[in-house]
Amino acid sequence: MRSALGLLTGALGLALCFVGGPAQAHKPSDSYLTLLERSGGIDLRWDLALRDLDHALRLDADGDGSLTWGEVQAAEARVGPYLQSRLQVTRGAAPCSPSQWSWAITQHSDGSYLVARTALACGADGPLEVRYGLFFDVDPLHRGILHAERDGAAQTYIFSTANRAVSLALGRQSPWAHFSRTVATGVDHIWSGIDHLLFLFALLLPAVLRRERHDWVGQTGLKPSLADVLRIVTAFTLAHSISLSLAAFGWVSLPSRFVESAIAASIVVAALNNLFPVLSTSRWTAAFCLGILHGFAFSTTLRDLALPTANRLVTLLGFNLGVELGQLCAVAVFVPLAFLLRNTVFYRRWVLIGGSLLTLVLALVWLTERSLKLKLMPF
Amino acid sequence: MRRPLAVVAVVTGVLLGISALYRAFNPGNADGYLPQSPSEVLETVPARKTDALSQRIERLQEALRQNPAALDAAVELARLWVEEGRARGDPRMLGYAQAALSPWWELPSPPEEVLLLRATLKQSLHHFEESLQDLDLLLKGNPQNGQAWLTRAVVQTVLGDYAQAEASCQPLFGLAGNLVATVCLTNAQSLHGQAKASYRRLELALRQAPEYLSLSERSWALSTLADAAARAGDLDAAEGYLERAVALDPGSHFLRAAIADLLLDAHRPAEVLTLLGEDRQDDALLLRRVLAEIALGKSSPDSDALRERYQASHQRGDSLHRREEARFVLGVEHDIARALDLARENWKVQREPWDARILLAAALANKSREAAAPVLESLKKNHTEDPVLLGLARQVEVLAQ
Repeated sequence: MRSALGLLTGALGLALCFVGGPAQAHKPSDSYLTLLERSGGIDLRWDLALRDLDHALRLDADGDGSLTWGEVQAAEARVGPYLQSRLQVTRGAAPCSPSQWSWAITQHSDGSYLVARTALACGADGPLEVRYGLFFDVDPLHRGILHAERDGAAQTYIFSTANRAVSLALGRQSPWAHFSRTVATGVDHIWSGIDHLLFLFALLLPAVLRRERHDWVGQTGLKPSLADVLRIVTAFTLAHSISLSLAAFGWVSLPSRFVESAIAASIVVAALNNLFPVLSTSRWTAAFCLGILHGFAFSTTLRDLALPTANRLVTLLGFNLGVELGQLCAVAVFVPLAFLLRNTVFYRRWVLIGGSLLTLVLALVWLTERSLKLKLMPF
Repeated sequence: MRRPLAVVAVVTGVLLGISALYRAFNPGNADGYLPQSPSEVLETVPARKTDALSQRIERLQEALRQNPAALDAAVELARLWVEEGRARGDPRMLGYAQAALSPWWELPSPPEEVLLLRATLKQSLHHFEESLQDLDLLLKGNPQNGQAWLTRAVVQTVLGDYAQAEASCQPLFGLAGNLVATVCLTNAQSLHGQAKASYRRLELALRQAPEYLSLSERSWALSTLADAAARAGDLDAAEGYLERAVALDPGSHFLRAAIADLLLDAHRPAEVLTLLGEDRQDDALLLRRVLAEIALGKSSPDSDALRERYQASHQRGDSLHRREEARFVLGVEHDIARALDLARENWKVQREPWDARILLAAALANKSREAAAPVLESLKKNHTEDPVLLGLARQVEVLAQ
């Protein structure tokens, strides 16, 4: 386009690409500012597009068009004061002052960003006020996206040329209210994403039965059934709690597409095992091994919900408890019914075999969808 | 299976191993990372030492630093940023253009050059009414400004006001020459009940056009002719014209997106991937790539990137991508209800053929004739002949019965 523009002459005098053409095919400039209030002060994290910093501060020292980590490091002494001059945080009318900045790099959907971190020390307590003025002088279309948290309450705000200051009304949310909210989220999650429950049911369906000469017969008493249920549910719960915690604290991570596909595969395995029992000796082992996968999926949900990261432990406990509660309700309804029906042909043929077949088909479709990124079903 | 604990240990170990590998190969995690070496290239930025355009921009910026009220330098700089930003579809550059004009930006009646640039920038941000106000103000002061008439016609076309657009094209015959005026006029007319006649007129005008036409004028005329051909039902000709246009302007993302759409409609997705190469920066082209990959039954890792970009745009409160996002949500995510919401919101702002098309398609997916009613009405009112739109409209009409 550039060469064509150079040749542009004619009666108009202006470029024809002034008319029509693609509107905006790239992401405009945004920065992401996170303020986490603690009792002593505020943890600040600011993600800034390297392209924007380069435009404002000429980071690419050799001007070759390739911005290197070395050039960014060399400019750190300039970037810190620049950022400080573009952001004022006050608490209870007293200014908060930053300590040392620390730097890292991260990727957003449109390229590399500098992660600037510092701790703000505030003189007083009270409502927080943030004045934001980054990049507006060089790019009035720039937006600053603020995410602030205090005691589990979160607020977001979008700074623009027209909205440069905000007073944050982060009321102190009681820890109890926060906890019950995360519990509800957990319950909601287990009930809305049916793949976790389906997996559990696939494992529990044979719990009220036992194998006798290549056939299923009803368990004689409630005790062995309950023991089986207890083993499976405990193993599943233990496993996904462990992996959820590890993932929530960022100690382990798995690609979500792998996790989602593996979960579908886990349901396939569980359903197949009901139809052609090979793992009959220890379904709880399967519950544990595959439960670990489900924990990773829970952690993705937890992260996507963007719950406040403060009180992460409370959030995690609440969410996990919600998941267990939701799961327990399902089990409490299922087990007595299954136990009562266990000696009927209906249960052994239609519920166990039919249900497992249905589960198998559903899980196979999920597996295809998730591993190949297709969409075959409307849910 | 005799040692369940061993199985548990092995499976846990394997998962931890996968996790470690994944983290090793995906250092760009949310918490950030420190690059291994100072020579690691993190981002591509304008090459200020070697690139001629960047150097020109540098010089103008320096002039403005000395004297921010230097109108000529500011206008020239803003113009360069607008040209570059529109050519690359990069909104950052539109912001830089606005920054260059900041001493005049808020004035009720700034100088003519600023008014024109302001109108162009507002059009880019889909502030169509404000853009028209600036253009009207400009033309009141100087009815001889051809560019303003042309931009006005374009904005009116986007809004679906074809009669007004045709009126805005008329003065161009005296101001900008026969070809520019004919392109302007026939484009509006081909959307307004004269698809075949305007296609023929434009074809003739281009054939009779003088040799000295600039490349961008010729490429613009060819892409308009391609649209007119498609509306008149001649898809082969449309493809031929687009190929000729892109040969004159190989870097144009706009033209490549148009060809990709044509190929997608013709069920030739493999050619879309060849056409697009490896460029994944441009959202519009990335959408076409994802649609082509899906049509080929391939998995498309690019759809995650695209979804993230749309989310980021929501986060900043933008709604500039609704048309494209509706297409993504309908064709990739298959979330028909959300696609319809997006398509409806989009139709409130802009009314080009693609806006009509995506609303019709979303309404059809939702089996809702009512949702499509505004488009059906507009098709009738404008005597639309576009076979794709009419085909969809017929399917929607059938729904009702």
